[in-house]
Amino acid sequence: MLIINSPVEEIIEINRHIYLLKVFSPQLTSIIKPGQFLNIRVTERVYPLLRRPFSVCDVDGEHLYLMFNILGEGTNILAHKPIGSDLDILGPLGNGFNLDGDYETAVIVAGGLGAAPFPYLTRKLNGKKNILSFIGGRTKDDVITYNLMNVKEASDDGSLGFKGNVVQLLNQNIELLKSKKIKMFACGPTVMLRALKEFCLKNDFECEASTECAMACGFGICQGCPIESTTESDKYLLVCKDGPVFNIKDVVI
Amino acid sequence: MSNVDLSVKIGSLTLRNPIMLASGTVGYGNEMAEFTDLNKLGAIVTKSLSLKPRKGNPPQRIVETPAGMLNAIGLANVGVEVFLKEKIPFLKQFDVPLICNIAASTIDEYVECTRILTTEETIKAFEINVSCPNVKEGGLSFGNDLNSVAKITEKVRAVTQKPLIMKLSPNVSYIAEFARIAKENGADAVSAINTLVGAAFNIFTRKPKIHNITGGLSGPAIKPVAIAKVLEISRQVDIPIIGIGGIMDWKDVIEFMIAGSSAVQIGTLNFIDPSAPGKIVYQLEEHCIKNGIEKISSLIASYQL
Repeated sequence: MLIINSPVEEIIEINRHIYLLKVFSPQLTSIIKPGQFLNIRVTERVYPLLRRPFSVCDVDGEHLYLMFNILGEGTNILAHKPIGSDLDILGPLGNGFNLDGDYETAVIVAGGLGAAPFPYLTRKLNGKKNILSFIGGRTKDDVITYNLMNVKEASDDGSLGFKGNVVQLLNQNIELLKSKKIKMFACGPTVMLRALKEFCLKNDFECEASTECAMACGFGICQGCPIESTTESDKYLLVCKDGPVFNIKDVVI
Repeated sequence: MSNVDLSVKIGSLTLRNPIMLASGTVGYGNEMAEFTDLNKLGAIVTKSLSLKPRKGNPPQRIVETPAGMLNAIGLANVGVEVFLKEKIPFLKQFDVPLICNIAASTIDEYVECTRILTTEETIKAFEINVSCPNVKEGGLSFGNDLNSVAKITEKVRAVTQKPLIMKLSPNVSYIAEFARIAKENGADAVSAINTLVGAAFNIFTRKPKIHNITGGLSGPAIKPVAIAKVLEISRQVDIPIIGIGGIMDWKDVIEFMIAGSSAVQIGTLNFIDPSAPGKIVYQLEEHCIKNGIEKISSLIASYQL
């Protein structure tokens, strides 16, 4: 874990309202794993007060990328950071995805901005495993396929790809999935993860899911981000420290 | 780098400087130690401990508000037994006074926790949390009742020789009365303030933003309230005060000391910049040098009203 100031080099709008922030940070890029996150202080002033957590979207050489949309004051400031200005970063935080395992095909499942951590994961697995990506969103503007491979798209309104949600799309491809030795990597809204968990349990697919929860510190001291464990009922796990990536079977979603 | 004396006294406990880390914002020390040299600090206060482990409240536990945050963690903690067995060995390696914060649902539980913990030599003092706003039993139902605070202070005092600090709630009309009753029943110091009760709603779903409905407000938003409460105690009761509430930098520390604090605790800031407490110690020393302040303790209650 480091607290480090790294310069912003570029801010790109990749989809409507979806931004990609490019930062030069060799100290961080050398240690970040796919699925880990960074806690960003967007201003030195007292509003917004807390850091904002973002998953690491991609790492390319000594540059890292964050993907976000403008949700409130914090992300608004971030989208308008002057090029060349320093970004106050705390990280890398949490446990990333475990890329090891006895599988041949990595199946990426994402809804909306849940696609954020997968360009880096794709980069790491490319050439080592087959990759299939199932990417959903409400409309075509919310289906984010940036730097992903072998993408099947789904949109709730049918404006892009399959009409329906991404778990329905998986169901439609169930024979294909069953014919391969797969491991799933997922991130998205709670409703999506809940449906995905049911789908994985029913079909006995292994799945690692990145979860989210409001948090203050990002490294375990505030205890603000509990998630219920399926195995230990007497205590909560923490999304920031024990996660954000969990085996989907191990947590109550 | 200088001859500035940063030390302060809390009863019989001498701190090398006035910077303490507040309960619930340092866990049990291990995460903070990665960012700040704990040995440079005045003291650290543990997460509230109860006799048995507590799971805490379900999510959502935290929401940001203007210049502050609401939390309703619900005193999630490992309990006294696990603390002694698993957390003390790590904390033992540091040369910084360890203060145990205790939270309980009954007066007997406060006493029992203290009785067990006081035998551990690493623990140098106790801070009794009679002011947690986020639990159904204990907490505020004690903290805004003078008789309960009197009884808890008296009974805990009877089982430990170590310095006893009562952490007071700002959610009362006259905090000085609570400081007075704490002193009369044997407390060595008071901490002021714990969080203020607050709430926030999502205007679209019309639901509270945190599961517990209300939470404790902390951060710079509460600093003026904290300064006023510290001043109120300082003007009326002769007892060391540990000032807490929204400290973001060294200037806030000086302000708290002028208002009557002998020491301060840094809380919410640890979540944002866990390296800040160490920097603040250094900056306090610089301020003293620049302004010819030989003993930082000379600032305590130096207000010019």
